[in-house]
Amino acid sequence: MHGLEFDVAHLLAGSLVLASFMMLYQDRLSALLNVYAAHAIVLALSVTWQAFVQHAPHLYVTASIALVFKAIVIPVALHRIIVRLGIHREIETTFGVGLTMIGGIGLVALSMVVMLRVTPTADALAREDLAFALSVVLLGLLIMVTRRNAVSQVVGFMSLENGLVLAATGAKGMPLVVEISVAFSVLIAFIVIGIFLFRIRERFDSVDVQALDRFRGERR
Amino acid sequence: MIAPALILVAVLLALAPAGMALSGIARGPAILYGACLMVATALCAIALSSLLDPAHPVSSITLPIGLPWIGAQFRIDPLAAFFLAVVNFGGAAASLFALGYGAHETSPGRVLPFYPAYLAGMNVVVLASDAFSFLVAWEFMSLSSWALVVSHHREAENVRAGYVYLLMASFGTLALLLAFGVLAGASGHYDFDSIRAARPVGQMASLVMLLALLGAGSKAGLVPLHAWLPLAHPAAPSHVSALMSGVMTKVAVYGFVRIVFDLLGPSEWWWSMLLLAVGGPSAAMGVLYALMQRDIKRVLAYSTIENIGIVFAGLGLALAFKAEGMDLVAALAFTAALLHVFNHAVFKSLLFFGAGSVLNATGARDMEKLGGLIHRMPQTAFALLVGCVAISALPPFNGFVSEWLTFQAILLSPQLPAWGLKLIIPAVGGLLALAAALAAACFVKLYGVSFLGRARTALAAEAQETDRFSLAAMFVLAALCLAAGIFPAFFIDALDGVSKSMVGTSMPHQASLAWLTIVPIAEGRSSYNGLLVFAFGLLSGSIASLAIHRLASDRVRRAPAWDCGYPDPDVAIQYTASSFSQPIRRVFGTLLFSVREIGEMPPPGSSRPARLTVEMHDLIWETLYAPIGSAISFATERVNVLQFLTIRRYLALVFSALVLLLLVLAL
Repeated sequence: MHGLEFDVAHLLAGSLVLASFMMLYQDRLSALLNVYAAHAIVLALSVTWQAFVQHAPHLYVTASIALVFKAIVIPVALHRIIVRLGIHREIETTFGVGLTMIGGIGLVALSMVVMLRVTPTADALAREDLAFALSVVLLGLLIMVTRRNAVSQVVGFMSLENGLVLAATGAKGMPLVVEISVAFSVLIAFIVIGIFLFRIRERFDSVDVQALDRFRGERR
Repeated sequence: MIAPALILVAVLLALAPAGMALSGIARGPAILYGACLMVATALCAIALSSLLDPAHPVSSITLPIGLPWIGAQFRIDPLAAFFLAVVNFGGAAASLFALGYGAHETSPGRVLPFYPAYLAGMNVVVLASDAFSFLVAWEFMSLSSWALVVSHHREAENVRAGYVYLLMASFGTLALLLAFGVLAGASGHYDFDSIRAARPVGQMASLVMLLALLGAGSKAGLVPLHAWLPLAHPAAPSHVSALMSGVMTKVAVYGFVRIVFDLLGPSEWWWSMLLLAVGGPSAAMGVLYALMQRDIKRVLAYSTIENIGIVFAGLGLALAFKAEGMDLVAALAFTAALLHVFNHAVFKSLLFFGAGSVLNATGARDMEKLGGLIHRMPQTAFALLVGCVAISALPPFNGFVSEWLTFQAILLSPQLPAWGLKLIIPAVGGLLALAAALAAACFVKLYGVSFLGRARTALAAEAQETDRFSLAAMFVLAALCLAAGIFPAFFIDALDGVSKSMVGTSMPHQASLAWLTIVPIAEGRSSYNGLLVFAFGLLSGSIASLAIHRLASDRVRRAPAWDCGYPDPDVAIQYTASSFSQPIRRVFGTLLFSVREIGEMPPPGSSRPARLTVEMHDLIWETLYAPIGSAISFATERVNVLQFLTIRRYLALVFSALVLLLLVLAL
């Protein structure tokens, strides 16, 4: 493993984690979507670098899928959705930013400890990659848990999926079919969730999931 | 021999969907049961031919179904052949009985599809030679019999029986699943050959044995795992009750023998003590419960628990003697247990058929509503009498032979070097003797109250003799009870191969002895000649009846009987089922059922009738099952909150579970 290859891969994966942190404290929806687009671009770069390093041309396909769908199509579509829903200026009240950030740091530390402990025999690049990927997945889950708005929960889910793709490309030899099917499943999930957003909105005049809970007669 | 057997099982499976189509047709039940009868008879023939052919004891096949990398393995060895014969003999008899009985079925669509499936399930359990096929077939058998138990689902009692049965069956399958998991070990080979090659030892082997006892014992109905049995067996249609009691409990015994005698290696010293300590009390408790019942089918179901107790006690003896190297006695005890398996399958089926005929003729299962049926249904009464005598272990019928052989093994226990066994085996012998005596009382009560005396209700007074198919089934079984009783040597010799393959040796050859005597150990010690007993009984009985008819007045007079001071001989003054068992209830009841009898006499001068209230408790249910049930419902009510969380809380729950698991991994 050349020093440069490792360093660049490390840098890109680290930037992905950083982008996840940026998403964690964005309380405005349109800003959140922009950060998500940046997240996807970093992912595409990281996958391209892996393709180059591993001499695996099929990973270029994965990278372009990530770039086209996740960095362009989905953010644009979500932007249009929130504009049509009229919530693009909405400010979400999340938990305190400091608290969430500390939780996120804890999660990153946890995933480092876990991954470095359970994969001592693996390739160094794959190890680092997996540790960062797990951090991105956990941060995605944290975003989903701390948000009330359905759109931001969708974004959390998408960033979680980016973490999965990062893990998959870090491990050598994943077939292209799996990548494509994952990409399609995300697209379909996106479509379904988009439709649901409008249905929820139609029914409750809001995409705040609290409204659903109120409808179910739950106390908060 | 395995290929034709599997083809026939496939035919049974194919009959299940055919049953759905046939249930709409008037002659549908007859066609289906006729087909089942033929298939079961053919399977029984296959089983007997491989049991009696010592040249080709084992035949196996691997089919590419089931788990993709293992396939399904099937095998007939002597043990499987014996149980296959029992299963299919019972199946054939039940199908013959159902040719007549099934015509009375009110909702054939709920019985016909499941009946052949149930038969097929039991066959596959016996034929399976890998853990996966075994467990699938076991669960298939449980579920199809559950469907038959709740076939008359309008009665709340049946639904409850089905519920309890389903729970206990799941519990039993879980235990067996774990047992096979331990047997497979870390290498994870699930076929029986690999398990035999790498047997677990020490505590793992003991764990397997305990799990097998729980799993098979709950299906067989060992006390205290029996709770479902007296509920479920009577709830099914009578021919299915016969199969469940007579055959399915035997499939459970097969599962236990297969795991403990075949798949596990040499036993630990305490296994036999555990088996004996479970078997003996099961026998005694089963028959005591049976004595307290008034419902004919429930009496029969409880009596099944008694007989299973005897079988397990026999298996325990076999393990004990085997562990001490007394192979010949081990073979004796093992053969006795297997012979009792066969005998019980025969007479319990016969008795359930009789109960079904009575139920059809009168619509009543409660003995207190019957009476005097010997006049209305003389042939059923005769066949049932044979069954009652056989199950009471009276010579010259078959029940006596197997219990006598068990006692022969018990009487050899002083030769055992282990002190614990020396103490426990005579105690178990006492319990078995008690159970045999109480069983006789129980069946005197069943027969006397239902068939003798005078009819207690109009239904019983107008009962009609049952149809010829049912009678044929009962008489075939009754004849077999007698045949196995007076020619036991042939039946014992047929079990030689099984005994050889499971305990290493077999009993000495019996059929070659003079006058068909059976000598389990040595001539000087004990011998039994069923033919002689039969001939003597027949002769002395004939002479006595001849003498009475010749020497006493041969004129039949009809005169008012002495009325014991009752001017109004009402049918209600006859002995009732409860009054017959009252002395026994007084002796054992206070301790075992915490019986309280409250007699309430009216004051002098009052015309109010006196009342006797009997309060009984099923202590096993109340101390074991009820607390578990309430603990589970308490816990589920607490956990129920989780059903009504918000989406974010669900996400948070998943998230925190993930983080927690990662933390466990990290620390």
